Amino acid sequence: MSGRKGNPWLISSFLLVVFLVAWHLFTLRAAFDPKGLTEEQLQTMEFNGDIVRTPDGGYAWNPEKEKVKGVPGPLAVVQKAWLELGEAFVKKGTNDHGIAYLVVYTVSRFAAGFLAASVVAILLGVLLGLNRVLFRAVNPYIQILKPISPLAWMPLLLYTVKDPKWTAVLVVFMAALWPTLATTAFGVSSLRKDYLHVAAIVQLSWFKRLFKVILPGAAPTIVNGLRISFGSALVAVVPAEMLLGELGVGYLSWIEWNNLDIAGVIFAILVVGVVGVILDSGFNKLAGLVTYQE
Amino acid sequence: MSFLKIDHVSKYFPNPSGTGQVCIFKDVTIKIEKGEFVTTIGHSGCGKTTLLNIIAGLETMSEGGIILGGKEVTGPGLDRMVVFQTFSLMPWMTVFQNIRLAVRAAYPEWDREKITAHVHKYIDLVGLKGAEDKRPTALSGGMKQRVGLARAFSIEPKVLLLDEPFAQIDALTRGVIQEELIQMWNTSRNTVFMVTHDVDEAILLSDRIMLMTNGPSARIAEIVDVTIPRPRSRDTIIEHPHYYKIRNHIIHFLVRHAKHGTGGDGGPPDQSVSGEPVEVNFARDSSGPR
Repeated sequence: MSGRKGNPWLISSFLLVVFLVAWHLFTLRAAFDPKGLTEEQLQTMEFNGDIVRTPDGGYAWNPEKEKVKGVPGPLAVVQKAWLELGEAFVKKGTNDHGIAYLVVYTVSRFAAGFLAASVVAILLGVLLGLNRVLFRAVNPYIQILKPISPLAWMPLLLYTVKDPKWTAVLVVFMAALWPTLATTAFGVSSLRKDYLHVAAIVQLSWFKRLFKVILPGAAPTIVNGLRISFGSALVAVVPAEMLLGELGVGYLSWIEWNNLDIAGVIFAILVVGVVGVILDSGFNKLAGLVTYQE
Repeated sequence: MSFLKIDHVSKYFPNPSGTGQVCIFKDVTIKIEKGEFVTTIGHSGCGKTTLLNIIAGLETMSEGGIILGGKEVTGPGLDRMVVFQTFSLMPWMTVFQNIRLAVRAAYPEWDREKITAHVHKYIDLVGLKGAEDKRPTALSGGMKQRVGLARAFSIEPKVLLLDEPFAQIDALTRGVIQEELIQMWNTSRNTVFMVTHDVDEAILLSDRIMLMTNGPSARIAEIVDVTIPRPRSRDTIIEHPHYYKIRNHIIHFLVRHAKHGTGGDGGPPDQSVSGEPVEVNFARDSSGPR
């Protein structure tokens, strides 16, 4: 069958190489060529800082100014990454922590918000899933609250809790709450009646019914909700850090922008991607433990 | 004083097309003795399974009452265990865990070893030794229902409720499990109330067979005594002179009632039979009824 042949790794590597080469070529700038420029023009350019005099008497583009001219190439980003990773565990000041610290801050902020939201959403979802009347009473509010961007809550949260640290966690919380809540309620309410019948006949206590039958039975659906929440929380944590100025990988991206270090911005973007991939694969491992085949 | 008395039980459902109620079955009265095996046969929609669920306490009756061992049945309990048509095994639990869930609940005072030994005893009884740690997905339909039977027998209920237990099992396996059920029941002698579509299965297993008319407003029209001595087995039961008499009688009843439509969606109530159920006993009246 065509479409099955070939090594996907090979194609992946090929695509990467093509992308890097294209990136490199498009961001390449020719060396400074003084041909056709008068001495006066060159002096003005040197005075403006566009070019610098090289030790051998010629002129070259000012490397400081080059940093903000166009998009930096892959080599510049690798250079920046090398530098940052070399100082990963260095704290240079209150707001200048190494990249390892920033990742830890972001991950712990994300984990706190996501876990708290998951616990609340699963408990509420089970309650709503078991009580049809309550579900129908509360559902309109869920529908209104669900589409609100978690970042829209930020000013109000910042005003009420008065602490950017907790505000960032709460933004993640708001982002992770609704998908899990809605799917848990659905999963519990559509749990096969047979399972509940067995639980009723053998007279399981309320607590055992919840932990032995309802939660494991609805687990595959709940995990799907958690997966959506996970993605939405991961999306929310970066802008929350940017806006609140809380140290983390999102903050790194913003602070590099403020520094006009575009290579730094690209590096921060890549870090966000890597952190997301690692968290996601960890989540999938956990999810595999609780799901079952019907 | 019978052991299990189903007394004038009626069930109404709200009419799906609007106002009013639909009567599923009316004035069902059955007296079952301790250790008796009673089966109900009827067309789909006559409310057999609803009746079984009411006895199990999983559904409520609209009128009437049920008395088990001198006490009124008000809800589900460990004295009445159901074997479900759809097996109802928890797919996230192994065979062992599925049975243990019931055993633990039934004998809360037992310690871990005693519970484990008890579960293994019933797994061995249904021939599932070696499959303890498999999940239901890995089992065939027949094996799943063996687990269902092991779970039901393991809590030693006063009444065993079998809800078309072999309907989803292939015909060859069905016969084998029916005989296994006979063997288990011979030692435990629970009172059994079964619901089925399968006439041969009913004759093989039951002491008495209730024939229900079609819904809406279904009722028990006849009670057929299975006048074939136990122990019975599938290959010898058909030799008995009463076997085909009983079988033909039941099939004639079912065919006669198939003509009246299967009801359920507002068809006219089946009025072909009324009054007290007719008792049919081929040993007493060798020429058969009517």
